[in-house]
Amino acid sequence: MADPKPEQSLVQVKGLKKYFPITQGIILQRKVADVKAVDGLDFEIRRGETLGLVGESGCGKSTTGRAILQLYRPTAGDVFFKGKDLCKLQGEELRKMRRHMQMIFQDPYASLNPRMTVGDIIGEPLEVHNISKGKEKKERVQELLQIVGLNPYFVNRYPHEFSGGQRQRIGVARSLAVNPDFIVCDEPISALDVSIQAQIINLLEELQQKFHLTYLFIAHDLSVVRHISDRIAVMYLGKIVELTDRNALYKTPLHPYTKALLSAVPIPDPVVEEKRERIILVGDVPSPVRPPSGCHFHTRCPIVMDICKKDDPAFRDVGADHWVACHAV
Amino acid sequence: MGTLLEVKDLRTEFHTQDGVVHAVNGVSFHLDEGETLGLVGESGCGKSVSMLSVMRLIPMPPGKIASGQVMFQGRDLVKVDDEEIRSVRGNKIAMVFQDPMTSLNPVLTINTQISEALELHLGMTKEQARKRAIELLKMVGIPEAEGRIDDYPHQFSGGMRQRVMIAMALSCSPQLLIADEPTTALDVTIQAQIIDIVKRLKRELGMAIIWITHDLGVIAGLADRINVMYAGFVIESASNKELFGNPLHPYTLGLLGSIPRLDAALKSKLTPIEGLPPDLIEMPKGCPFYDRCRYRTEKCANENPALELGAVRHWVACWHWQDVRKLRKQ
Repeated sequence: MADPKPEQSLVQVKGLKKYFPITQGIILQRKVADVKAVDGLDFEIRRGETLGLVGESGCGKSTTGRAILQLYRPTAGDVFFKGKDLCKLQGEELRKMRRHMQMIFQDPYASLNPRMTVGDIIGEPLEVHNISKGKEKKERVQELLQIVGLNPYFVNRYPHEFSGGQRQRIGVARSLAVNPDFIVCDEPISALDVSIQAQIINLLEELQQKFHLTYLFIAHDLSVVRHISDRIAVMYLGKIVELTDRNALYKTPLHPYTKALLSAVPIPDPVVEEKRERIILVGDVPSPVRPPSGCHFHTRCPIVMDICKKDDPAFRDVGADHWVACHAV
Repeated sequence: MGTLLEVKDLRTEFHTQDGVVHAVNGVSFHLDEGETLGLVGESGCGKSVSMLSVMRLIPMPPGKIASGQVMFQGRDLVKVDDEEIRSVRGNKIAMVFQDPMTSLNPVLTINTQISEALELHLGMTKEQARKRAIELLKMVGIPEAEGRIDDYPHQFSGGMRQRVMIAMALSCSPQLLIADEPTTALDVTIQAQIIDIVKRLKRELGMAIIWITHDLGVIAGLADRINVMYAGFVIESASNKELFGNPLHPYTLGLLGSIPRLDAALKSKLTPIEGLPPDLIEMPKGCPFYDRCRYRTEKCANENPALELGAVRHWVACWHWQDVRKLRKQ
């Protein structure tokens, strides 16, 4: 891990918020509340790294990925990518930037159009961005299929003819078509079987080295995230609670939520499992419509103090590039 | 301890337009009273279908239990009539399903759904059943059970719904609980809560459990014995510690190598199992793992190995398990 220098950072996220309105009424829709899916994030993604983003369902990790790519327009905040504030770009200017940032989706069954051939799916971004057409496009598509480990002969087949793992490879090929710098991988392996997951993880790692890609890797499986990421951010109810180097996060987690999350991950070894002590959190994640006052985690925190109920802890660097938001640290 | 359940040569197939899908291909195993058996494998390996066959919950047609015996308390569940299987289902053998969102009826209150089995199997009155339902909800750790008993499923979170499912399964104090991936749809912190509850209830109630999962981590912390399934066959069977400490089948070894471990040193690369599982309509003649196996020989292509004893109480279906063990040790 090198020192954080400004020229190294590819994406800078500042004060990012995304609220989804809840409305009532049929004709005159009144806004009655907000789902605070993402509630003020500050972090950067460095060139060439994989930043892992972990958290439980509903914590806002996918929304964060989509808000960075402007698939959701953020409610507040800025996202700087290649020196431009994506949140302020519109129309054609934004569309041009999309060439450099792509996404791999979670569900390989829902993210490929069943009525398009594989060749059309992978070739579409090439046409949209005026990169290549005709024969040149066809050659590029075949090359891409080969890169992701599929037979180039498959161009005229339809998605239903492929297994889940193969479909995810098609999704990867589509995202690579425009030679992006930055790819948001939104749970790319959670819909796949265990023996197939490793194939896709290895593929993503090979491609990163080959094409100097930067990943934001969103997942809920901590063992996988630790394997693939350089740095890891842990999210809880719309906020990042801890962000640091992967080794530091697993060896010296500071936030009580990170500790509980790590202790809850089962380890495939009965001898280890027998000796492990679990921190079992009580209750469920509160609703993001009415997040708890102060620290969002205080309702489930095993070491909660009075201050936690009143003040929201600042997200700060406690040394050695280890960021945490907790009053007890 | 006596044997509670004995399954012999169970075969289940589905007759579809494309051909006959061989989902379970001659599965045999036994379960002792109070034992926890893990059933591990990937999607389509027959782990759920084999258990649904035990409960006779396979939709027929297209499904068909082609052969086999399921001996439970001196009866063959494959042969008994519908009325008798109904008296076993939900009473002596109960099941918890994977998806707590869809396996509860959305238009009935929790009370109605839990009480149903109590009134049907134990002949309780409405009031008795309600009282017992509240006790059950308390037992699985639902706060303010009295106030929540008349709620509908949508008013509960995923983890809470799975607790309701467990309460419902335990309502008639079954001797056997079949849990079909009960924590797969849940977050890790909630998964830890549910596993904790099941472990505690097993200690208190002493029932036997068959836990179906694809997650080797979950099963390592739970099971006494583990059966690994692949393409409708049990390919390895051993005690928990023996299986993780001394895996003999190339598939089991492959599974262990393809998942990153949270506590292990970081590896630069994972070793995936290449290829895909076989087509269950056109089953290969030889070993079902042949296409993906690193140790395959000509013999494997032609003859399917049966389970044989590889170590103490450790069965494996592979022609080359001795080579696998030698190579692993190197």
